[in-house]
Formats: sequence, structure tokens, C-alpha cells
Amino acid sequence: MKKFALVAVIVTGSLLLYAVGDFPAFGDAKSPANAGVEGGFSVSRYYITETAADTAVPNIVTAVLADYRGYDTFFETTVIFIAGLAIFAILRVANPGAPDRRDRPSSDSGVEGDHNRVIIGMTCRLLIPVIQLFALYVVAHGHHSPGGGFQGGVMLGASFILIAIASDLDTALRRFSERRYLALGCVGILIYGGFGLLCQLLDRHFLDYGVLHKLMGVTPVMARSHSMLGVEIGVAFTVTSVMFAIYANLSTRGELRSGL
Amino acid sequence: MDFLRTSVIPHFNYWIYVILMMIGLWAMIGKNNLIKKLIGMSIFQTAIILFYVSIGVKTGADIPIPAHHAHHDEAAAGAGAREEEDKLDPDAFANPLPHVLMLTAIVVGVATLGVALAISQSIHKDFGTLEEDEILEKIKASTHDG
Repeated sequence: MKKFALVAVIVTGSLLLYAVGDFPAFGDAKSPANAGVEGGFSVSRYYITETAADTAVPNIVTAVLADYRGYDTFFETTVIFIAGLAIFAILRVANPGAPDRRDRPSSDSGVEGDHNRVIIGMTCRLLIPVIQLFALYVVAHGHHSPGGGFQGGVMLGASFILIAIASDLDTALRRFSERRYLALGCVGILIYGGFGLLCQLLDRHFLDYGVLHKLMGVTPVMARSHSMLGVEIGVAFTVTSVMFAIYANLSTRGELRSGL
Repeated sequence: MDFLRTSVIPHFNYWIYVILMMIGLWAMIGKNNLIKKLIGMSIFQTAIILFYVSIGVKTGADIPIPAHHAHHDEAAAGAGAREEEDKLDPDAFANPLPHVLMLTAIVVGVATLGVALAISQSIHKDFGTLEEDEILEKIKASTHDG
């Protein structure tokens, strides 16, 4: 098997390296990916020149993500949600005989463990609110500065994982219980899909936000900008809950007890 | 030396991505441990991400977030009027498309890696091992018994 792998890797690698000579040089602004074919239409140039007029969103990446390629992002979010459900289906075990986690005293591990716990606990107590606030800023400001639903959602999920690592999973679950993260994951998808369906109800295509200006009382261009914030919030909800669900289920073999 | 100057250096990003991808491919095929295979898969994904992002680079270009000097609503209202004189130069900003594609790919990659780890965890629960050959032996033994 090792020999076969080595042969496969060397053959594939040399074929790819042979093709490298035909690629445009690094940093070439006129390469086909950056400027399209000679005299033809280039979608990435269109994004750069027209985003401001189409959507009034300064961050072109967010505009492409949430508006021009809204379908792609919607189904990527669905993939993440399904991944969360798959982990739930594979690992989660119901244990009706187990004691309720609220009744169990938090585990102590001797005097030395306590000293460590004080330092780690205090640091996390100071850090976690800042992390969460910054995550919310990244979500809410995602169409003006680098950021958006995916990045902010991962940060928010990581802050809950930090609680679980610093104290134990029970503490984290008391703040973000299984019922809550499952519901939040669904709500995220529903927000995103809801924006799409709302556009359809107003006689436009799915996720064609411009028409929502009738409900928002702003210009169609600003309606696109506001709707992008809405779908980013939906993405952030789903990503947050799936990130925490992955950690909680993997670290406890699906029992959701006692953590690492 | 000449080969290095003419072929490798102008295309160094492609060389790095090919090398990284082959490390990942080798780990996925050649390694026996399932977790090591997953590590290989992650390295493979990272190589693809590097490939895409490096395609979008333009020398001297800025991040694809133009500063909005005019006020937000004003810009939206006057979008039609100030059209011609205020068009952005496409060569002054990095290509946003590879960034968008990779942004979602990273998070989806994490989620699918989570699924893969969950599956390997339940394999470990059933077979007590994550070595591929040992798992295959146990499967063979159990089918012979039945």
C-alpha cells in the first residue's frame, strides 16, 4: 500500500508540476482569473466596480457572499447544519439513567487543581465577554469591515468551547444547553431561508433582496445592504451552534457529561 | 539555476500548493491510522485554499474593501448620479471571488472534519482500534464466524 501511495503521489505531483508552467505568474493582475479573457466579461472585475452601486456595501467579499452568490452561501450553511445533525445522529446517546447534571456538584481535583482553576477561571471570566463582544461586532459590522456570519459565528462558538475547556462541559451547557443550540441552529437556517421566501412572496426570485425595500422603507439598494446583515446573522447562529455541538459531542462521546 | 529563476520563482505559490497537496494525498493513501488520514485530508484542503487565495493576488492591490468616504445613505441615494466619475479601478483591489469561495470552504471543512471525527470515534467504539488493517481483520473474522 505504501509503495502504491508513493507511486500515485509522485505521478500526480509531477503531472501537476508539469502544468504549473502554464499558469499565470504570481500577482498578475491581468491573469484570466483576475481579469477574464481578453476583451471578455470578467465577473470578478464586475464585482469590484459595481458592488457599491448595486448594494451600497463596502466589503465586496460580503456582498458577493451574501447577495451575488446567495444561493451558494445558503446551501453551504445548510451543509454545516446537516454536518451538525450528522454528528448528533452518529454520536449522541440518550442515557436516561444518568443523574441530572444540575444536581451534581462541580468536580474538585485537590488543592493543586484548585489553584490552577482560580487562575484559568479568572482569566476566562475576563476574556470571554471580550471575545463574545468582538464576535458580535464581527457579525454586525461584517458588511463594512472584514468579517461576517461565518467568522463571527466561529468566534462565538469558540467562546463557548473556551468555557467548556476552562471549567467543564456542564458549566458551558448550563449557558448554552443542547435544546438551545439545536434550536438556534434551526433558527439560523430559517432566518436565511425566510429572507429568501419573503422575496418570493413579493413576486421576485428567491434571495433577490432588492424587493424588500417595500417592507423596510428604504431604497432597493439599501434593502440589499440590510438584508445581507440579516442573512449574516442567520449564518452566525447556525455556525455558532454547530461549532459548539461538534465540540460537545466529540469531547464526551455523545454523552454530554463531564467533558474533558 | 536558470530553471529556478524562470520556472520556480515566478510560480512559487503553485509549487508550494502542489507539494502540500501531495503531502496530504500521501497521508490519505499511505497512512494506516484513520486519524492520520484525516490530518492528510486537512492538509489537502489547506493546499487547495492556498491555491485559490494565491490566484486572487494582484501585485500592489489593496484588500477588496474600498473605503467609503461618502456617507452611507448619501452614497446609496446618489449611486446613479455619480456613476461615471467614481468607478473603482479593478486592478487596485484583490480579486474577491477566491476569498468568498474559500471563506465558506474553511467553515464547511471544519464541519465535515467534525463528522469524520465522529465517525472515527464510533468506529473506535465498535472495534477498539483506529488502525485500518486491524479493523479489516476484525471485520473479516466476524464475517467468517457468522
